[in-house]
Amino acid sequence: MRLSFVLPALVVVVLIGLLGYGLTRNPSELPSALLDQPAPAFSVARLEAPDQLITQEAFAGRVAVFNVWASWCVACRAEHALIEELAERGEVAVYGLNYKDDRATAMQWLDRYGDPFVASAFDPQGQVGIDYGVAAVPETFIIDAEGIIRFKQVGPVDRETLEQTLLPLVARLKEEAA
Amino acid sequence: MKVVVSVLFLIFSSIAAAAPPALDEAQTHRYHQLIDQVRCLVCQNRTIAESDAPLAADLRDIIGRQIAAGRSNEEIKNYLVQRYGEWVLYKPRFSAATWILWLGPAALLLAALVSAILLWRRTGRRAEPPAPDEDSLARILDDERRS
Repeated sequence: MRLSFVLPALVVVVLIGLLGYGLTRNPSELPSALLDQPAPAFSVARLEAPDQLITQEAFAGRVAVFNVWASWCVACRAEHALIEELAERGEVAVYGLNYKDDRATAMQWLDRYGDPFVASAFDPQGQVGIDYGVAAVPETFIIDAEGIIRFKQVGPVDRETLEQTLLPLVARLKEEAA
Repeated sequence: MKVVVSVLFLIFSSIAAAAPPALDEAQTHRYHQLIDQVRCLVCQNRTIAESDAPLAADLRDIIGRQIAAGRSNEEIKNYLVQRYGEWVLYKPRFSAATWILWLGPAALLLAALVSAILLWRRTGRRAEPPAPDEDSLARILDDERRS
């Protein structure tokens, strides 16, 4: 076989391989710039207690889940039962970031669907969201005991993500911290 | 008169809301340059200049305020990249993660050129008319005549 026949064929095969690989990937899934970075600092009022501040210090010293949610976000409602389940298992402290919401409406939402959060940070302007690189709610961060972001789930958590990604990672991070 | 004034006020205040906060001409120019280079995270194939998404409006606002606060373009880009990754810039900076974007097309073009030249030289050589070999021609003709 002559090189001039083999080479173009090889190029085509490689190209098809790359394009095929491209099809298996989700183009709207963004790499998080904050992975393995310290959780950005914030200091805002608590949703449930406007006169109390909450900061990233709240996560310190243990593994924490930081769930970005809003009452206007339909997908948040879809994942909410699983976030509650995660909190109920008692394996990890679940915090909320109430993103670009109205306090009264957000409180009503928690009343109706249940409040799994140790506390929710109230971020009506979305500034904390921007600092956390939030593009669209819901997003869920897992922060280790050192305060480093170790995982970011973009979009709603489903049963598979909960069982196969979130819980094992939480268990591993707790072991690391121990 | 009051109505006219309040209508005018409404019109102008809505324009003011859309424009960056009190920037001079050079700063406004930088503002428009920057928002034209930043990708909207929600509708991913548009710049934040084109996008109506609330997050795009927030980012435009942040860029406007940072320019007003005297931050350089580089500082503002760093601010965005820190949060959203290199991906947020339509023209990503040259780095370990992005070199293939910058050099890939040039490398492919170079490879194509080199193989085109090689191919052209080889086929060029093959297309040369064969040097006539008088002896063997004569021999063939002799054989023909004899048979």
